[in-house]
Amino acid sequence: MENTIHIPTVAELIAKGESPDLLFWVGCAGSFDERAQRITRDICKILHHVGIKYAILGAEESCTGDPAKRAGNEFLFQMQAMMNIDVLNGYEIKKIVTACPHCFNTLKNEYPSLGGYYEVIHHSQLIQSLIDEGKLKPADGHEFKGKKITYHDPCYLGRANDVYEAPRKALEVLDADLVELKRCKSNGLCCGAGGAQMFKEPEKGTKDVNIERIEDVIESQATVVAAACPFCMTMLRDGVKEKDKEQEIQVLDIAEITVKANKI
Amino acid sequence: MIGQLIFGVLLIASLLLFFINAKKIYRNIKLGKAVNRFDRPSERIKTMLLVAFGQKKMFKRPIPALLHLFVYVGFCIINIEMLEIVTDGLFGTHRVFSFMGGFYDFLIYSFEILAFLVLTGCVIFFIRRNVLKLKRLNQAELNNWPKTDANLILIAEILLMSAFLLMNAADAKLQSLGDPHYHIAGAFPISSYLMGILPDTASSLVLIERFCWWFHIIGVFAFLNYLVVSKHLHILLAFPNTYFTRLEPKGKFDNMPAVTAEVKVMLDPSLPPPTGEPSRFGVKDALDLTWKNLLDAYTCTECGRCTSACPANITGKLLSPRKIMMDTRDRISEIGKNIDKNGSFQDDGKSLLDTYITREEIWACTSCNACVEQCPVNINPLEIIIGLRQYAVMEESQAPSSINNMFSNLENNGAPWKYAQADRANWTQQ
Repeated sequence: MENTIHIPTVAELIAKGESPDLLFWVGCAGSFDERAQRITRDICKILHHVGIKYAILGAEESCTGDPAKRAGNEFLFQMQAMMNIDVLNGYEIKKIVTACPHCFNTLKNEYPSLGGYYEVIHHSQLIQSLIDEGKLKPADGHEFKGKKITYHDPCYLGRANDVYEAPRKALEVLDADLVELKRCKSNGLCCGAGGAQMFKEPEKGTKDVNIERIEDVIESQATVVAAACPFCMTMLRDGVKEKDKEQEIQVLDIAEITVKANKI
Repeated sequence: MIGQLIFGVLLIASLLLFFINAKKIYRNIKLGKAVNRFDRPSERIKTMLLVAFGQKKMFKRPIPALLHLFVYVGFCIINIEMLEIVTDGLFGTHRVFSFMGGFYDFLIYSFEILAFLVLTGCVIFFIRRNVLKLKRLNQAELNNWPKTDANLILIAEILLMSAFLLMNAADAKLQSLGDPHYHIAGAFPISSYLMGILPDTASSLVLIERFCWWFHIIGVFAFLNYLVVSKHLHILLAFPNTYFTRLEPKGKFDNMPAVTAEVKVMLDPSLPPPTGEPSRFGVKDALDLTWKNLLDAYTCTECGRCTSACPANITGKLLSPRKIMMDTRDRISEIGKNIDKNGSFQDDGKSLLDTYITREEIWACTSCNACVEQCPVNINPLEIIIGLRQYAVMEESQAPSSINNMFSNLENNGAPWKYAQADRANWTQQ
């Protein structure tokens, strides 16, 4: 049974005369991609576990417009942005947590000049602050203890917004054997999905970017590679599959690792 | 006297020529569109001090950073010596600053050490480029002129430093021979090793010393004027270019105000339609770029750190951020020449997109910002790539078909895939 918890929508809370303290922006991948849905549910579990009053927009959420903007379609991006801002401002949303670095970047950086002012955090930052507050703690005998774990920096969290420490913090508390990839932090290598590449075939080349990246992971000898972006998740998993390493290397989101380690 | 006259003429001519050409580059940069990079001066000064003056980003790669530091510090400090050379040249004096005594000896001593380090650095750079054939220094976009350009610069610096040291060696030997014109001045930790290979007669030594002096100073004048036609302008432009860096998070792309006005009307037809000249959306030619993009292009020294970190380039795609910058510089220079010839820009049937940069290149970008992060002088190739995409998409509707599918999904369902917006929360029920 995946869902023992009820996930409220903002509309639902408003109807009850309440409002959420935190909006969970699920994102398109988190809503529709089966693998990403599992991460979405785990983020809800964390929010529920620590007792934050949150809600999602549900069917009122729409793409932030990120892939349109990176692909050069400014009209479509701004249409999406303004419609979303209408919804968000209508509900007087103040604080947003996103499950996707692309949503995070767009909401945080590109919405303000169009009238959308919110405090936006990525779920790795939420997890970091919950750890700092002592609300999340790995349970005894959790499965990651002593495991070799590495972390792949998503471009739109790392270089784009200088968030390098929050996701690492979530891993540091695990008492695991943390290793960095040879290209990490500001020198991290893209998974190959950004800039709307997720939605098209790559240009002619000698190799796919995710294969180049998964070779870094294999070289690190890690058995778990932590991701913090649904697109990186897809690309890394495809890379693992391509290299026939599904038995040796697990690709897990920071939220999933946290849920498992905390036995939520 | 004749010597002084020739020197004066050469000095004025080289400075004049340099200013004429530098002014053209300034004019070309100003052809770009407006963008405000004059705010937050204290942050800008800090960035400039750290990145340009302090070479902070160079040290992502310690070996070339150290060699480059030799050349950089050497170049800056040995230029103090130029003051003396120019004064000597104009007034026919010899080592005019030697009245400073011990301090002068200290200066010459450090110039010699630095000259030797510059020489060593340049020789190793030359070897890395031509013998070890480092990948980033031998990629396709460097074929022909750019490769020659780089080698000419290195050879020029090697020759200039050799002449400087040989001149000092001859001078030191003349001093030891007690030649009255060559009074005792300076300290020669490096060139003293060269004294052995020099002849012993005063007349030959004077000939060598004079030849090297003239060779060095004419070389410097020539180098100054070579700067403006080469890739080497970074020694000057690195400073303004880092000062005018974009200070926003790298992930933040500017929203186009012209689009905002139109979208507002689309969403609320009761608003008055936007007025004013409809401008071009995105970048087709170099004139559609901002002046900062053009300053970036002239600042690029083609080191290729961007390209060697680019995920597309690493995996064999055609895209190279360095080539984006080189193409931009070549195109704006071409437009500048067109203006010089015709008074104003006359359509030459060329454009940055297609004539210089292909569609295959712009669509290979993952917008990962690795190129922006790596650039030691804060050049931003990504802005240009996105500008070109904007033109292709908004003015021509020319995107790869899968991208067009993504757009129509977004428009119809509010998601880049073909799922209904009403189903967005279905995962909560599963």
